[in-house]
Amino acid sequence: MATELGPTPVKEPASGGAPVHHPPKGVGEDNAIKSQGKWAAWLLAPTIIALGIVIVYPIISAIIMSFQKDAGLDPVTGLFTAGGPAGFSNYANWIFQQCAAPAGETVACPPGTLGAQFWSATGTTFFFTIVTVTLETVLGFWMAVIMARAFKGRSLVRAAVLVPWAIPTAVTAKLWLFIFAFEGIGNKLFNTTILWTGSEWPARWAVIIADVWKTTPFMALLILAGLQMIPAEVYEAAKVDGASAWQRFRMITLPLVKPALMVAILFRTLDALRMFDLPYILTGGANNTTTLSILVINQIRQGFNAAAALSTITFIIIFLVAFIFVRFLGANVVEQQTGAAKGKK
Amino acid sequence: MTAATELRARQDRGRKVAQNREKWAQGRTYISAVVILIWCLAPAYWMVVTAFRDVGFTYDTSVLPTHVTLDNFRTAFDTSFGNHFGQALLNSLFIGAVVTIVSLLIGVFAAYALARLNFRFKYLVLGFILGASMFPGVALITPLFQLFTTIGWMGTYQALIIPNISFVLPLTVYTMTSFFREMPWELEESARVDGCTQGQAFRKVIMPLAAPAIFTTAILAFISSWNEFLIASQLSSDKTQPVTVAIASFAGAQPNQIPYTAIMAAGTIVTIPLVVLVLVFQRKIVAGLTAGAVK
Repeated sequence: MATELGPTPVKEPASGGAPVHHPPKGVGEDNAIKSQGKWAAWLLAPTIIALGIVIVYPIISAIIMSFQKDAGLDPVTGLFTAGGPAGFSNYANWIFQQCAAPAGETVACPPGTLGAQFWSATGTTFFFTIVTVTLETVLGFWMAVIMARAFKGRSLVRAAVLVPWAIPTAVTAKLWLFIFAFEGIGNKLFNTTILWTGSEWPARWAVIIADVWKTTPFMALLILAGLQMIPAEVYEAAKVDGASAWQRFRMITLPLVKPALMVAILFRTLDALRMFDLPYILTGGANNTTTLSILVINQIRQGFNAAAALSTITFIIIFLVAFIFVRFLGANVVEQQTGAAKGKK
Repeated sequence: MTAATELRARQDRGRKVAQNREKWAQGRTYISAVVILIWCLAPAYWMVVTAFRDVGFTYDTSVLPTHVTLDNFRTAFDTSFGNHFGQALLNSLFIGAVVTIVSLLIGVFAAYALARLNFRFKYLVLGFILGASMFPGVALITPLFQLFTTIGWMGTYQALIIPNISFVLPLTVYTMTSFFREMPWELEESARVDGCTQGQAFRKVIMPLAAPAIFTTAILAFISSWNEFLIASQLSSDKTQPVTVAIASFAGAQPNQIPYTAIMAAGTIVTIPLVVLVLVFQRKIVAGLTAGAVK
């Protein structure tokens, strides 16, 4: 995996495989690419078609739905109202918190309705994302640095970090619910009497602690993979030149591990933004732990079309965050992917 | 002479300081390692200990197993309170197997093309597949909920299998792509030179080399299908629900009392096979995880 070392990886058209024979440049190469392109199209077709059915179709369908009115019984007149084009009213329902009033005009959503919860859910989602990803990055980095050292029992530690990762999130949620139960081990251990899932901040911290426990190992393993690509000679040379430990970390480790670190942070961030299982099972979304995903699920049974609008908003938010990461923070996932294996031959 | 002894003494002192510093660093490493071990394993250990603890001592805090019993496992499989854990285990196995096999069958071709062939739009395709794996499940759930309600698929297996493919297939493709890139494809050429046909070269040389990669990818695919909760919680019925949903909605005899010991027993049953699998194939799995970089 040597190509990721330099700040500017050598870019070759990522044939990846073994370019054992290079046809002479010119017509022959064009033909080779053309025939390979045909092959590639056939080989990729099943995957592209399958993803088209299971992803592209639902997205388009959700976007169309989000511009439709929810059919249903009018809460005041009790008459059945048919659906129909809704314009942006479903989006306004969430973003401007405008709900349909009995008389037909729109009013601000009364507190307690799902529409009124949009901004608090957005805030909660970003709060969870920022806090968990920050904690996971710091803890993951520390774990990776330890696991990269040579010591007896290192393989035991490397195996142990896989345990939280392998436990299904639903089980993790129940496990921490038990740990944070009023009479549970959490309170006994710290000699506290907190009703963890009973009020806002303890509930939020319960979710954060459980999430950090479950996903830090993943972060640590990704960072460890990045650390292992740094050759030991670089450190030796820096030591000879009299660089302190802190200087070695700041001037060698950090810049060289940055590509792997950025990808790890990107993946975790996108994952945290769609967080659902943990808060849904641990707190049920009570006490301001409702994330955007939970809000969508709560809305589904009250009206598909408003839920479709909210899921589209969620999708756009996640897309924008990914875009910012890739465009401005230099998390180059595709290059990381194509570059990852090239040097390791 | 005195100068020489002094020099030696100073060197000795220097060495001792260096040794001490090394010992101290080694000691700190061990302390950190123990902290990591406890942090990662203690909650999991607590689950297993509680799973074997008598229900009357649910909140017992002794670290070692006390009041050991197998009752909780019996309770976990008991269907008299409306739990269908046994059925859910079979459902998860079935859904996971189908999703894994379908994803591998389709994905292996795409991975081969992405790893071995040169074609236009390669980065676009890779980006699309990576993007697909990061796709939020809630964005799929609403249209699928409506569609499956309309065509009467709610509570069927295909209603759970098809959405799972949406995130398992991309994972499969790019984990396998990075594995395929690392394979020594020159051997294929050598086999051809030695007189193998293309089919023979593939069967006798490439397949045995690719088998571990495909197997690892299969484990990762199965785990991510096994862990799925969001879609299953909305689109499954009592008959088709997977274990994650069964555990999340596990009910006890008293409606106000959460049957923690039975839930921990169920959690242990669900987790132990995964943990064993992961630990046995640790090296390969970590390679696959970091290559594909997916939860």
